[in-house]
Amino acid sequence: MATSSESPVERPLDQAMLVGLGPSKRPSLPTRGPPPVRSSDHEHHGRAERPRLASRRPRFHALAEMAIRVLAFSSIAAIILIFVFIGKEAWPLLHDSVIGREVTLAKMWFAQQWPGYDAPEHIWQPVSEIPKYAAWPLVVGTLKVTLIAMLVAVPLGVGAALFVSQYAGRRLREIVKPTVELLAGVPSVVLGFFALMVMATWLQQVLGLDSRLNALVAGVALSFAIIPVIFTVSEEAFGAVPRSYVEASTALGAARWQTIVRVVMPAAGPGVAAGIALGLGRAVGETMIVLMASGNAAILSSSPADSVRTVSATIAAELAEVVFGGAHYTVLFFLGVLLFGFTLATNLLGEFAIGRMRRRLGGMA
Amino acid sequence: MKGSARTTPWRIRRLGDVALAMGTGLAAVLVLLIVAIILGDVIYNGAPRMTLTFLTQAPREGMTAGGIFPAIFGTVALVVLMTIAVLPAGVATAIYLSEYANPESRVTRLVRVAVNNLAGVPSIVFGLFGLGFFVQFVGVGIDRALYGGQRVFGQPALVWAALTMAVLTLPVVIVATEEALAAVPRELRLASAALGASRLQTIARVVLPQALPGILTGAILAISRGAGEVAPILFTGVAYFLPKLPGSLHDQFMQLGYHVYVLSTQSPDVDATRPILYATVLVLLLLTFALNATAVVVRSKMRRRFAGAVS
Amino acid sequence: MQTFQMEGARNKTGSKSILKLMAKWLTIATALLAPLAAAAGEITVKGSDTMVILGQRWAEEYMGAHPKATIQVTGGGSGTGISALINGTTEICQASRPMSAAEKEKLRDRYATVGVEIPVARDGLSVYVNASNPLSEITMDQLKLIFTGKVTNWKELGGPDGKIVVYSRENSSGTYVFFKEHVLKNADYTVRAQSMPGTAAVVNAVAKEKFGIGYGGAAYAKGIKVLKVKPDAGSPAVAADEAHVKDGSYPLSRPLFFYLRNKPTGDVGAFVDWVLSAAGQTIVTKVGYYPVK
Repeated sequence: MATSSESPVERPLDQAMLVGLGPSKRPSLPTRGPPPVRSSDHEHHGRAERPRLASRRPRFHALAEMAIRVLAFSSIAAIILIFVFIGKEAWPLLHDSVIGREVTLAKMWFAQQWPGYDAPEHIWQPVSEIPKYAAWPLVVGTLKVTLIAMLVAVPLGVGAALFVSQYAGRRLREIVKPTVELLAGVPSVVLGFFALMVMATWLQQVLGLDSRLNALVAGVALSFAIIPVIFTVSEEAFGAVPRSYVEASTALGAARWQTIVRVVMPAAGPGVAAGIALGLGRAVGETMIVLMASGNAAILSSSPADSVRTVSATIAAELAEVVFGGAHYTVLFFLGVLLFGFTLATNLLGEFAIGRMRRRLGGMA
Repeated sequence: MKGSARTTPWRIRRLGDVALAMGTGLAAVLVLLIVAIILGDVIYNGAPRMTLTFLTQAPREGMTAGGIFPAIFGTVALVVLMTIAVLPAGVATAIYLSEYANPESRVTRLVRVAVNNLAGVPSIVFGLFGLGFFVQFVGVGIDRALYGGQRVFGQPALVWAALTMAVLTLPVVIVATEEALAAVPRELRLASAALGASRLQTIARVVLPQALPGILTGAILAISRGAGEVAPILFTGVAYFLPKLPGSLHDQFMQLGYHVYVLSTQSPDVDATRPILYATVLVLLLLTFALNATAVVVRSKMRRRFAGAVS
Repeated sequence: MQTFQMEGARNKTGSKSILKLMAKWLTIATALLAPLAAAAGEITVKGSDTMVILGQRWAEEYMGAHPKATIQVTGGGSGTGISALINGTTEICQASRPMSAAEKEKLRDRYATVGVEIPVARDGLSVYVNASNPLSEITMDQLKLIFTGKVTNWKELGGPDGKIVVYSRENSSGTYVFFKEHVLKNADYTVRAQSMPGTAAVVNAVAKEKFGIGYGGAAYAKGIKVLKVKPDAGSPAVAADEAHVKDGSYPLSRPLFFYLRNKPTGDVGAFVDWVLSAAGQTIVTKVGYYPVK
């Protein structure tokens, strides 16, 4: 079937098809798709050919469509399996009596009086005579690093997006946007490397911190990973604000900045919020940067100058070494469930915000 | 708002404009500066060491000398296997979702939400999944069935790392393919259908060729992501140092990103490895940038083509 | 017009090749997923991060002298190596601590053997401080106070006024466990102790941190100051040098082990014999540890 069009007889038919299919302003276009060829096939071979085709089609078609379906359902199954398998490995924490002797949910979340300590405390010491699995130092550490990252990334990301969409000329835009895409393409292990080798010493010298690796260094490095996320989504949101809004505002005598602050920003608000939510999810789950730059000490404190151990870094550092199926293993999978749940929530929030903005702008435009 | 805008004195209006432009401009400049400093540092320190022998030799003397060839090889092997797994699955899923499934049905919508959310799941969680599912469940299962319980597949290995990475990049491929399919003009499908083509024929001969650049873009972005990620392979197959290249699917492998991690945290002699480390980072960056740049070029070509098609 | 034809034809084959390609991928994928045989004659060495550089050098030299041998060395920590030995995924486990009773029991359950323990080198676990630190010796008690967080300023030890920054190892490390048992007497490390993924990271951190302290294998001690250790307040300080490590008078000296499931024979036996030979033990010194004999 495929080679038949090369026979000279069919050429006129093909050309007739070209004319018939549509405007030939761009003559190369209709020829690109195979439809003209296929249809010429039909016209040329006529009815006599049809039965043969019909008898051949179903078997092959059914097979191909089956393949599509199988592949599609297996990848859909993979998605569901992720939910299932992480939960499955964490599940014994809730009911297994052997693991329960070592760790329970209550022991993870409430301060415990451990032998050798003066007061009840939250301690993460999973390899010890008496293993201690307090989750709060890890959760607080994660939130601390995330907060620092957001404090850096939101102003920079949203600010740069605003600049690019409102002030920058074409040439500037064509510098900033690809640069941000470049940053988005930097693997996180490279950012972690940079934080560890260069930024840590530099920040310590400038700010006089007690230790090189701490929440601040990790947070700032983490912000580099999420600036592109926030920038890209925000820039799209600003770009999606209808021109009529801006024109109306300008016509009413508003200054440029007034238009931006009072019209463009509120209209793009949900989109920017979505960008921030996606950035937040990324920040909470990012692993290599914090593993390399945070110092990895599970300290329960609010100081940004202290070292921290985040949930993701804990999983990365400890999972490879644990006894499979043991208490430590189960706890690490439980931490995975926490991460999973949190990022799921931020994603849904982001999606909700984007949908809202679409509806709002769609309704008004 | 109307009133306030009118009554704002000219000077304040001017001042506000300047302040906002300067403020946002500063943010943009800072972002540019961050990228410039990182790249500058890596290129300045890494370029002198980037020689052909560095790219083609194995590490020597406890990684303080020699090159990074096994890490490059492992990275390529990983992404090739990953692509083999993710591309058919991702493209088929996208075709199913956009061409076969009823878009209004609850299941379809649920799957879409799942795919979108999968994109935001932290990479370390994929690592957990890879260990719990591929290594512990599938791998151990294969060993029980075929090797009488002897550990062959039931341990971290190239194939499990590649499959874990495939699941991680699945949403990238699905979303890109769906977008590409949606961008194929409706007229083409209608024309094809009107000429008596079945749905499958229309997809295979009309829609897919048109959508090919978009699908390629997705594939390249997936490869770029797969080349740079480290967290998902930590427990599923990557190794610190191997004297031999992986020869089969159940071997462990070295990988560029993990090599950077190992060199910067566990190298025995920091001063001796510093140039090697920087050069490795440079290689990794060049690889991901080259992939991303290819994706950008392919995408812009596709846009131009469809811009023509629609007009 | 001619060009139109060409394009049309090319695209048609293109569209068909998509299906073909997909089919090809499928067959390749299934072919690849079929189990492949493991390579024979290869020795896997896994375990202690402290010993990884040693194992690598041994492997390099040995493979240089015996081109047919393949030795694969990986780290991960002594605990990782021992579980690999139990799981049957490694021939030789490198460990910087003795196997625990529980681990030996697991090995016995599976293989009806308690394993073979071969000391292959000695290490003086060194205490690192920044080169600028005026202290030159420290007692075991002081070490315990620092690493459990009871002493937090160098002033309290007669040093400069500066907050002590404590560097420890990840909890999978044999060194972490050894230090905890022999210095902390099984008390917990202070929560402020930063966990480093490898000894080199500890050295690197202490070298850059004015008030830092850390511990690790003698071989890694470069660019930092190694403190002499007093077993107790009254006794003289002992340096982590060859003589004191070998005779055991240095309080933090320890043997480094190979663990095997059974008595080594064949390829593995030849490698172990070579490691214990003069040639193998020269490398121990070259790397920075101390020979067993």
